[in-house]
Amino acid sequence: MDLFEHQARELFEEHGISVPRAEVADTAKEARAGAERLGGRVVVKAQVKTGGRGKAGGVKIAADPAAAEITARQILGMDIKGYTVRKVMVAQPVKIDSEFYVSYVLDRAAGRFLAIASAEGGMDIEEVAASRPEAVARVEIDPAAGVDEAKAAEIAAAAGLPEATADVLVKLWQVLIREDALLVEVNPLVRTAQGEILALDGKVTLDDNARFRQARWGADDSAHDDPLESAAASKGLNYVKLDGEVGIIGNGAGLVMSTLDVVAGCGARPANFLDIGGGASAQIMADGLSVILSDPAVKSVFVNVFGGITACDAVADGIVQALESVRLTKPLVVRLDGNNAVRGRAILDARSHPLVQQATTMDGAARRAAELAGHTNAA
Amino acid sequence: MAIYLTKESKVLVQGMTGAEGMKHTRRMLAAGTDVVGGVNPRKAGRTVDFDDRAVPVFGSVRDGIEATGADVTVVFVPPAFAKTAVTEAADARIGLAVVITEGIPVHDAVAFHAYAKERGTRVIGPNCPGLITPGQANAGIIPADITKSGRIGLVSKSGTLTYQLMYELRDIGFSTCVGIGGDPVIGTTHIDCLSAFEDDPDTELIVLIGEIGGDAEERAAAYIQRAITKTVVAYVAGFTAPEGKTMGHAGAIVSGSSGTARAKQEALEAAGVRVGATPTETAQLVLNQLGA
Repeated sequence: MDLFEHQARELFEEHGISVPRAEVADTAKEARAGAERLGGRVVVKAQVKTGGRGKAGGVKIAADPAAAEITARQILGMDIKGYTVRKVMVAQPVKIDSEFYVSYVLDRAAGRFLAIASAEGGMDIEEVAASRPEAVARVEIDPAAGVDEAKAAEIAAAAGLPEATADVLVKLWQVLIREDALLVEVNPLVRTAQGEILALDGKVTLDDNARFRQARWGADDSAHDDPLESAAASKGLNYVKLDGEVGIIGNGAGLVMSTLDVVAGCGARPANFLDIGGGASAQIMADGLSVILSDPAVKSVFVNVFGGITACDAVADGIVQALESVRLTKPLVVRLDGNNAVRGRAILDARSHPLVQQATTMDGAARRAAELAGHTNAA
Repeated sequence: MAIYLTKESKVLVQGMTGAEGMKHTRRMLAAGTDVVGGVNPRKAGRTVDFDDRAVPVFGSVRDGIEATGADVTVVFVPPAFAKTAVTEAADARIGLAVVITEGIPVHDAVAFHAYAKERGTRVIGPNCPGLITPGQANAGIIPADITKSGRIGLVSKSGTLTYQLMYELRDIGFSTCVGIGGDPVIGTTHIDCLSAFEDDPDTELIVLIGEIGGDAEERAAAYIQRAITKTVVAYVAGFTAPEGKTMGHAGAIVSGSSGTARAKQEALEAAGVRVGATPTETAQLVLNQLGA
């Protein structure tokens, strides 16, 4: 789960990293009140979980509290790359002497965390890495040792950062470990005209797998701007809304991704990703079907199950029971293969629902679902 | 011969007495696996009956190894205890730890992978279906009745796609199928398995299954070009999958690749690997290559 900038700022502050004074506001009036408390002149920043806020007009200077209110009114409700701005942060402006980039990020191939640091902060670090790779230092961190003062000094020296940043690098590592983060990034980390080191903007990605021991953040409320995704999340379904017209239900993330590809290969567009996992009970099937059928763009639904441990007769029973509670309004193409597939197919045949048809292969079923969604030229 | 797992392997199960552990230990035994013990400090000294076989429970992996000569452990413990379980197995110097558990915090995985590597323990997983050498042994949750022993080696990030390909190619059969898991940090990679299959005389052709994220497939492609003489056929899932949201700016820098399915396909094809557009087409490519 990604945190908002204001949440990242809060974490940094808790771990002793200096940050500018700031407040969070849900309304323009609150933004004005915040600006008054912060001394008048403020930066108003949209709180959205995506980059490029500045270019989209989501970060603006306001000269006084009245201007902060007007600016906040403009920014609140703004759409930035599909994310609606629901909060703004008002922050005290800082006189910047120099800007740096620092982060800890997982290096998947090495199975370790890397420190990435550059004296060229404030910019798009990917562009810096592409155009001038020598300006970006990467230092591997031994998981058993972590980042102590000596390691932090090594990272700072490698990137040409001032020695005073080493303290922030140690504390930032503590944020990563104590909060079970997969990424902590400060960009820019600045030295002010007064010589203070401040984290001006930050990004933190938390590990969803660690939620059992990191209860404070609760559910990821912002990830589901889409009402169908919200409905699916409330039922515990692993669902992602897409732009097409063929609804997809399958078991196992790899098989579902593959199903999307095969449907796309038939000239149709998948309407969603939905992985019902190994269980595939009647309840999960009913919940999944009801979410997919409530998507007005969906014209047909493809249920693709390979029975490995899951038995196909149990999946077929699940579909039959789901048809009791969900009114099927669109054609359903079912492909059952693997464990007990013959029995599963017989169960669906016996139910003989007019809108349910079966196919014995994944490719054949995808073609049929694409045809039913209006793609008659399905290859 | 197969890779990593044979009928000679003596297998411990950490978490055997839990519901999943019981269910899959029964299945592993039915597939001919020599399951020599379970590990649970609170139930040490007892035995658990699986149909016609009584399996002893040991207080630690070390006790299990001393009593039975076990060289493989399969880990079914809940995510919160996985780090302790793998650390214990590595301390006992077991050769192979197959971690089935899903949902292990990444920091725990980073820690136990480094720890196991220093002690010479190979980890497969986590969040994986394990591995099977059909007709010999099964360590994990891959269904044993899909296919038989044969000449294809398979390595895959995805469980259900593994089963799908095993099913499509069931009449040819497999030397060993390894589900390496789709987590960000895994112990055994595509490259490790490719190298082992290259050295395995029972493996004639290798099937590689990948999916979006990271650059493991691109690395595998470079390795194939350099070091693999056997035919490799691949399948990559995720051409139409939505862009991952968890990958920050810095993540893209590390991988050095966009991580897309297209980039992986192109890298594999550039290395001379045939890549199927669907699982079925992939199976057909394998059949053509084998002249079957």
